[in-house]
Amino acid sequence: MGKYAKIGICILLCLMGAALIISPAMAQDHGDGYEATAASALIPQDTHPWWFWPLLLFVVTFVMGILAVLGGVGGGVLFVPIISGFFPFHLDFVRGTGLLVALSGALAAGPGLLKANLASLRLAIPVALIASTCAIFGAMIGLALPTNIIQICLGVTILGICVLMLTAKKSEFPDVPESDPLSASLRIYGVYQEASTGRPIHWKVHRTPLGLALFVIIGVMAGMFGLGAGWANVPVLNLLMGAPLKISVATSKFLLSITDTSAAWIYMNKGCVIPLMVVPSLVGIMLGSFLGVRLLKIAKPGFIRWMVIGILAFAGLKALQKGIFG
Amino acid sequence: MEDTEDITMEATPEQVLYAKVLEKGMYVGLLILFITYAIYMFGILDPYLPIPQLSRLWTQNVHEYLTEAGIQDGWAWVGMLRYGDFVNFIGIAMLAGVTIMCYIAIIPTLLRNNDKVYAALAALEALVLIAAASGLVAGGH
Repeated sequence: MGKYAKIGICILLCLMGAALIISPAMAQDHGDGYEATAASALIPQDTHPWWFWPLLLFVVTFVMGILAVLGGVGGGVLFVPIISGFFPFHLDFVRGTGLLVALSGALAAGPGLLKANLASLRLAIPVALIASTCAIFGAMIGLALPTNIIQICLGVTILGICVLMLTAKKSEFPDVPESDPLSASLRIYGVYQEASTGRPIHWKVHRTPLGLALFVIIGVMAGMFGLGAGWANVPVLNLLMGAPLKISVATSKFLLSITDTSAAWIYMNKGCVIPLMVVPSLVGIMLGSFLGVRLLKIAKPGFIRWMVIGILAFAGLKALQKGIFG
Repeated sequence: MEDTEDITMEATPEQVLYAKVLEKGMYVGLLILFITYAIYMFGILDPYLPIPQLSRLWTQNVHEYLTEAGIQDGWAWVGMLRYGDFVNFIGIAMLAGVTIMCYIAIIPTLLRNNDKVYAALAALEALVLIAAASGLVAGGH
């Protein structure tokens, strides 16, 4: 445990250290809200060399990529609260970049999950239609509301995700006595081979109308905050609709590629995408994820998960503080 | 109620097709993104917005950023591809557009299998994503 704790603490220190370095600069530079930005000529010039922020973004997203894999969360859910909390970038650009980060991760994982028949296209298509349509509205709402309101809502959402991560149970093979009429008519069922036992697992879903209704909320939140939505997709697919955990996780990851596409286009068309932010973030989180997969063999996922919850809670409180006090 | 006799361990043809299109589009998009970013970073094409100016503007909301930088929103970036910063949008648009191609690609397969409901859902999804991409629906400060 000592060795693993040291690895975890080193990662935590890197992230917190970066946050501490950045925070004073942010307090000076970040003119949040309409009034401050109206006097943008008064905002002091950034004294750092131009490569400072992209390089730090790369380092922090690299650590985030490791933590995301070890903590079992998506990169997007870590990206938006941490980068908006401790970097000088405006929340508009952080959300645009966060969506592209979550989208790229989902695009990279999607083909393999679909070919392995773990992500179910039949389950994803109706769900994605609702979630992606609502993500468009979420993005429109998110871009129309004042930044401080979005910061407060983001803080509350992140703290809610922490509670969800602490309390939500998972069911490997939920008991679904009978398909509901809607899922039966859409033929949402399947079979996959459980690698640990080698036995085929037949699955079907129930409570589909309620599940689809919840994806209205999930889609809006994904678009509004640019978070990705794996944290909400999996509980709904697994605990409510009764899809096996592996199918839920895989289908959720694939779903992000569709939900985040619609929201990402809204942010991109509104000008919220800055390539100098996007590429270091993408590369950082992808390289971090590769290393995270290797570290998974030696790390204690339980400990890392606690650490991720701690970091998210800290970032959530920071978002609340920024939203309320500016 | 349901007829589950058609279940197999294998992914359905439309699922495999979707995966193939997604995989190719994702690799092409990432490759373009990395190449264009190198063009930007190595100064092969001059950026529209000098980086020191960009690092001052990214602290402001998108409306102020666009106004001060004199950048149009929507698809105006297509007309600015001669600049090193805007050329990056080719790869980003590719990554954001590959899902639309996947949906369009599976519609004929679904129709061939007489899966009209899913063909309609796929067509509807493609339309939703095209509407989002078109810039016809948008919000803002």
